[in-house]
Amino acid sequence: MPLASYQTSVPVVVDDAKCIADKGCTVCVDVCPLDVLRISDMTNKAYMAYDECWYCMPCEADCPTGAVTVNIPYLLR
Amino acid sequence: MALDQIVDGLSEVSCDVLVIGGGTAGPMAALKAKLKNPKANVVLLEKANVKRSGAISMGMDGLNNAVIPGYATPEQYTKEITIANDGIVDQKAVYKYAQNCYSIIEELDSFGIRFLKNENGDYAVKKVHHIGTYVLPMPNGETVKKALYRQLRRARILISNRYMATRLLKSSDGRIAGAISVNTRTAEMLVIKAKAVILCMGAAGRLGLPTSGYMFGTYENAANSGDGYSMAYHAGAALANLECYQINPLIKDYNGPACAYVAGPFGAFTANNEGSRFIECDYWSGQMMLEFYNELLSGKGPVFLQLKHLHPDTISEIESTLHKVERPTRGLFQQGRGVDYRNDSIEMHISEIGFCSGHSASGVFVDDNARTTVPGLYAAGDMASVPHNYMLGAFTNGAVAGIDAMEFADSHDFAEFDAADVARERDRVMAPTRREDGIPPNQVEYKTRRLVNDYLQPPKVTRKYELGMRRLAETRQDMQEHMIARNAHELLRALEVQSIMDCADMAVHASLYREESRWGLYHWRTDFPEKDNENWFCHTLLSKQNGKMTSEKRAVEPYVVPIADDEKDLYDKQRIRATA
Repeated sequence: MPLASYQTSVPVVVDDAKCIADKGCTVCVDVCPLDVLRISDMTNKAYMAYDECWYCMPCEADCPTGAVTVNIPYLLR
Repeated sequence: MALDQIVDGLSEVSCDVLVIGGGTAGPMAALKAKLKNPKANVVLLEKANVKRSGAISMGMDGLNNAVIPGYATPEQYTKEITIANDGIVDQKAVYKYAQNCYSIIEELDSFGIRFLKNENGDYAVKKVHHIGTYVLPMPNGETVKKALYRQLRRARILISNRYMATRLLKSSDGRIAGAISVNTRTAEMLVIKAKAVILCMGAAGRLGLPTSGYMFGTYENAANSGDGYSMAYHAGAALANLECYQINPLIKDYNGPACAYVAGPFGAFTANNEGSRFIECDYWSGQMMLEFYNELLSGKGPVFLQLKHLHPDTISEIESTLHKVERPTRGLFQQGRGVDYRNDSIEMHISEIGFCSGHSASGVFVDDNARTTVPGLYAAGDMASVPHNYMLGAFTNGAVAGIDAMEFADSHDFAEFDAADVARERDRVMAPTRREDGIPPNQVEYKTRRLVNDYLQPPKVTRKYELGMRRLAETRQDMQEHMIARNAHELLRALEVQSIMDCADMAVHASLYREESRWGLYHWRTDFPEKDNENWFCHTLLSKQNGKMTSEKRAVEPYVVPIADDEKDLYDKQRIRATA
């Protein structure tokens, strides 16, 4: 069976202007309990790669530059 | 390199004591094991990152079960938990916890974790339970994980993050020999030989599906997919009272605690749509949950946590705790809904089902030394069978497990395992990556958990359980033959689904075995609506025997603290009676 991609609006948003992943920072990716954040090959900034979020906050709380914002996932907002 | 690209690899390491799970019990177990024998190697294996993993990822607002001299005695606490758990308790482990937990509080205090004190410098303990006083707020509760992590680094514990353990290894004579794990970002496999293994892998919190439909919007940390329950089962360890589900009263849709333990002592209470109280006590017991369920169905719902009647300063104090610790996005959620605690009540709902001894009693069977029925294998925290043990229980029993496991490791050499077991497990783990075409893990998981809701959520109806069992078996077949994982991250989810499926099967089996109703809503069987002490005043132990899921009765150990006849049903009287 072929697979389709499924659109979701992801709860974790990264401000590229503040994110310093391009300088080697991986804090948000490191701390996420669900391991859903990654550094983009294209922009070298952090982003939410998988919509599997417990809206728990370590990524936002531990980000050294305040670039990460956790929103409530739309389905339970 | 492509995202989470699969790397083929298998390596082997060894240690004296292997602790699996770096949330709450695990770090304490690792620390105590290492302090017991500083020359020994202790490895702490974690699926996520020890810095921020587990139920207390963002800290905790307080201790829910602190037995502090001057406020409560170990005897009183043991009695309360025995009654709250409908008498099905091996008191020795609860009593030992109650005796030890104060020294753990002092130790946590020495780590820099503060506990609320009054103007006289005494601990400011609050009353939430039906009988005794055990709730102690933690003013800097958001720092718990950081404080623990510092201790782990200082003690030179070897931490391996992003490794998911999948199966335990045993010798031919049944002793623990280690564990098999897989890297969650590369899919490389790692065999860890160990003389003793401690499982601290948390609740089975991804069993039912939240009503929001968002699979990761669970009460428990969504990483807690019941892997420990599944691993213990496949290793032949016994699991106790799995039919005593965890079901919690939570903020509707947000699916986190409201939290009555924080707000209750200040005067907040659970109310129906008429603004009236209907339960005597906000402590989470199955009996309380049954009244909650009845109220929702009676037409008097919705049910709310009410605090708008409190002084604005009090509300601000509660708000600052709720929006800072444990689940800080509660503030964002309420803001989005336009809920201000000063004007609005918090709409509450009943959670999906799970296994968690932290709040109920369903866990891998352990004795008062945290030993499972497999020699050299230990369990602590939310996945071990000591009931209602919360965060402080995880710390205290984790400490017990760490010390006893190191004593075991000091007196035993490595047990030999069969290399064929590793090869077989490697095939099982990697199977979803070797298929070209099939069903992705998220669909298998959604279907499994939707079936859990449809057929397993109490009230438990025998016919529904039988149908549920059939539907789950069909889905299991799809999972085993058709599930695909296209990268290492999907493989992580694919392995978690297999744990979830095992837990669903165990929930069915354990529930059908106990032919009575007990623990309020947690095990309400409509075909056996009464409590039957004559036949069922016992534990049930589920285990894998000759490859087959089997349940048996186990007598409740004689009580250490006697319970008088007129005390036995104190938790059955949860509904507020109308007075003339």
